[in-house]
Amino acid sequence: MIDREQVLHVARLSRLRLSEDEVAKMAGELSSILEHVDRIAELDLGDVQPTSHVVELENVLRPDEPRPSWPRERVLEPAPETADGAFRVPSPQADS
Amino acid sequence: MSRELLELTVAQAAERIRARDLAPEEYFDAWRAAAAGDELNSYLARTEAPADGTGAASGGGPSKGDGSAGDGALAGVPVAVKDIFCTEGVPTTAASRILEGYLPPYTATAVRRLAEAGAGVLGKTNMDEFAMGSSNENSAYGPVLNPWDRGRVPGGSSGGSAAAVAGGLAPCAIGTDTGGSIRQPAALCGIVGLKPTYGAVSRYGMIAFASSLDQCGPLTRDVTDAALMLDVLQGRDACDSTSVGIEGGIETPSREDLSGLRFAVPAELARDAIDSGVRDSFEATLATIERLGGEVAEAPLPHAEHGISAYYVIAPAEASSNLARYDGVRYDMRAPAGEGDLIAMYEETRAEGFGPEVKRRIMLGTYALSSGYYDAYYGRAQRVRTKIAADFAAAFSDFDFVVTPTSPSVAFGLEEKVDDPLAMYMNDFFTVPMSLAGIPAISIPAGLAEPEGGGPQLPVGFQIAAPAFAEQKLLEAAFALEQAIGFDARPEGLGG
Amino acid sequence: MADAPAQPPSLQGSDLEAVIGLEIHVQLATKTKMFCGCALSFGDEPNIHTCPVCLAHPGVLPVPNEQAIRYALQIGAALNCEVAPRSIFHRKNYFYPDSPKAYQISQYDIPICGAGRLGDVRIHRAHLEEDAAKMIHVGESGRIHGSGASLVDFNRGGTPLVEIVTEPDLRGASEAAAWARLLRETVRQLGVSDVNMEEGSLRVDANVSVRPRGSEGLGTKTELKNMNSFRFLERGIEAELGRQRELLEAGGTVAQETLHFHPGDGTLTSLRSKEEAHDYRYFPEPDLVPLAPTEEMLREARESLPELPAARIERYGSEMGLPADVAALLAADPETAAYFEQAAAAAEGIEARVVANWVTGELAAALRQDGDGAAAAGSKVSPEALAALVLLVQEKRISHGSGKTVLSALVAEGGDPAAIVEREGLAQISDSGEMEGIVAAAIEANAEAAEQIKSGNPKAIGAIVGAVMKETKGRADGGEVNRLIREQLGI
Ligand SMILES: [Mg+2]
Ligand SMILES: [Zn+2]
Repeated sequence: MIDREQVLHVARLSRLRLSEDEVAKMAGELSSILEHVDRIAELDLGDVQPTSHVVELENVLRPDEPRPSWPRERVLEPAPETADGAFRVPSPQADS
Repeated sequence: MSRELLELTVAQAAERIRARDLAPEEYFDAWRAAAAGDELNSYLARTEAPADGTGAASGGGPSKGDGSAGDGALAGVPVAVKDIFCTEGVPTTAASRILEGYLPPYTATAVRRLAEAGAGVLGKTNMDEFAMGSSNENSAYGPVLNPWDRGRVPGGSSGGSAAAVAGGLAPCAIGTDTGGSIRQPAALCGIVGLKPTYGAVSRYGMIAFASSLDQCGPLTRDVTDAALMLDVLQGRDACDSTSVGIEGGIETPSREDLSGLRFAVPAELARDAIDSGVRDSFEATLATIERLGGEVAEAPLPHAEHGISAYYVIAPAEASSNLARYDGVRYDMRAPAGEGDLIAMYEETRAEGFGPEVKRRIMLGTYALSSGYYDAYYGRAQRVRTKIAADFAAAFSDFDFVVTPTSPSVAFGLEEKVDDPLAMYMNDFFTVPMSLAGIPAISIPAGLAEPEGGGPQLPVGFQIAAPAFAEQKLLEAAFALEQAIGFDARPEGLGG
Repeated sequence: MADAPAQPPSLQGSDLEAVIGLEIHVQLATKTKMFCGCALSFGDEPNIHTCPVCLAHPGVLPVPNEQAIRYALQIGAALNCEVAPRSIFHRKNYFYPDSPKAYQISQYDIPICGAGRLGDVRIHRAHLEEDAAKMIHVGESGRIHGSGASLVDFNRGGTPLVEIVTEPDLRGASEAAAWARLLRETVRQLGVSDVNMEEGSLRVDANVSVRPRGSEGLGTKTELKNMNSFRFLERGIEAELGRQRELLEAGGTVAQETLHFHPGDGTLTSLRSKEEAHDYRYFPEPDLVPLAPTEEMLREARESLPELPAARIERYGSEMGLPADVAALLAADPETAAYFEQAAAAAEGIEARVVANWVTGELAAALRQDGDGAAAAGSKVSPEALAALVLLVQEKRISHGSGKTVLSALVAEGGDPAAIVEREGLAQISDSGEMEGIVAAAIEANAEAAEQIKSGNPKAIGAIVGAVMKETKGRADGGEVNRLIREQLGI
């Protein structure tokens, strides 16, 4: 029920390059998982509130007090590519 | 001598160290030597000097330099830490290629709390990549082997932590549990695994899989050690907005009977396919409960059977977002890609960096959140979550605990389920509902059973779940039951 | 603002009306970022205000800045918004190097501030979110557009933002710019943001469409970005309205798209992505708990509201007796108002009206003449100095003319008026014997004028007064001089 086009669309949203084999395999696997998941479509959940969190906390906030930032050498040290004190990335395609 | 030291429980060792009856260096060295003999692939990194994981060089080990290790509850105790916890200066990869070589600049709160109690990091344990898996076969660094049978999986995703403790490679460990990742490997390896109430232990520094479900907990040889570790781990943390802690902390459990306590067996969860050996063990444990004065009765948990469906929407959805930060820009690996092609860089990096199960869950989660499908999947799953939590609340109005087998089977064979993701997911059938409800649950060894299809006997876990923040009560009941069961089997070659 | 169907082609020749809504991002002037303790900054060396949290290292968690919540509530109070009793954060997912987590923590279906109003424009909502990092394109010479690399600086990443969205209530480009100015003034007076458009602490985007006058529906809108001054905002909207009118009048249709304004030539270009339409996959942020503003927080937000211009004009009239036009001049911006009120308080025993006249009259003129156009509040003339000067004049210790001389000196160099009077010898001549002598000498020197006065031409007195003033270098009191001349001439 998930077809090739949908797999490609979701892969693009996820920024994952999939090989042709992976696309085919993914379509089958996701379909069988979702088929199982679809059992919840039969439940009557009309007036049920969604739960996004089980903790019953509110307003957990932090005072506006500066803390030392990180030395720049350490910030940049693990980066794959840097230049001029910044992280260097391939340019986004025009306007994307 | 060192053989004898390895027999001590954590509580016993810490007691002797505090009493100056045991030198922390000697204890630590004994465990370092044991960990060096890892043949299970349970460690991804072992610390040279016993690191406290806080970045400060700890020199001569956990000792304070005066032959003592301080008076902390875990003074001088080495801990195996799942590689999902950031440890400053110690490689942390979450068993993913994408974080290969990553040295965290800070230490997770849970690890810091262990260090403050006097413990040291013995090493970082193998796991399913980003904690996604139930067999530990999803590690980028190879599977972990079950110490009871090296042809079988240890469970997952905290498989390295479970195997290390069960295999005599660590006295205790911490892991994380999102849908069963502490309890299930503990069951399959014959040790104790506790998933605390969501919010009991800080998640800060724990690499996120599914933020609304992830929870840190101990994997130990016995219930007493689990209580000891939980007391250290739990607590409100200003760095984690969702952390609460457990009021009053945790005391050493001592209860000997179960009289006056009511144990619910969910009818709905008993229906599904369970190995006969697991079922027999479960029935026997129920009988033990009754012998100890506890009451056992069936109780409805009508939505629990939909836990897998809800979980495998919610967890991948959150994961798809949590894992989006691995993009080859700031600290992770980057695949070569053409200049001026940012999207290609992203896609190649993530294609190379993530393993198949992680990709599968990212895809599943992205799909569930995407335009046009949110209500049908994510929205529905959240409502099922509400129902499951309500089912537990109803059960707890009449019962003290809900009990199930931890896993439908004993440890299964390596590669037995890798080609069938759904079959793999069904391993979480009994553990996922508690995760969705955010309540604490413990798995204790209930005995041994022959696997379906025959072979040497393997451990079976018994799961007990309690209301939110009722960890003390949960540990008391688990302790009483543990004493009555008297499980003392050990993997071959480890005596016992 | 739901998407609208495409324009029907029957709009040729109809009278088209502009429909404009604004989306304003306000950077909050907190000390630290929205979710970590890094200091806010502008124009610093790249990547010196970062930490594991704002770089999205593995395992980090956000903790919201309480001050940002309070500032958002203040903005909500100033915009008369309904505050949500309980609001939550959402994740807005998209991959881009300026977004380290690849999601922005924002608010979605329940913003902290709901419907409100400022002036004639209804506010749709105002919500909290975090700013993106800064990217600089470093194109490589000889390469086609889009090649090369970009540099990412995370100093700005995570700065707290309030995004204010209006209803499409504005009907023209200049009206939109005027309202945006009112909004900026309002937010500035709250003290919760620097509201500097050039530095990007205030960013205004416009949603622009046209429709037949009198119709209720909404045309297809375009979104205009990158207008970093009010003038550009007005020009950008003007240009887009012109383009849409032309398009529709020619029988075409407007495409929904995002347009980028180029300040250089005032043109707009489409930002249409090569990617499929964005799918942000919003879902509730599981790392954060709900915001439920307490009574104390709401009260603080209400009480911290400064007096806004309209209320101040009213008070200047009713309590201080200022004429409406003078009150309006003083009340418009809070600095001038504060300056005036400080001066009026310091000028004991003097009517506020007199001080007000000095601020809007003599002082404004002196500042204009001085050339650098400083406002009273930013000038070298302290409110206390002005008050002292007004007192000197009112008590006739110096003449009004000398007062202006002192004011020029104060504008140029600041200081104490009494000292300037002393230094310049401007103290009014109060010795009546001396004055009588000077007047007598002036009458004698201007005998012709004296005759004219006696024969019934009172205007001729000016020549004699002028002579006295010249002799005294303006230190004489004009009224007293007039009286002495009449006395000595016997009229
Ligand atoms: Mg925004
Ligand atoms: Zn920061």
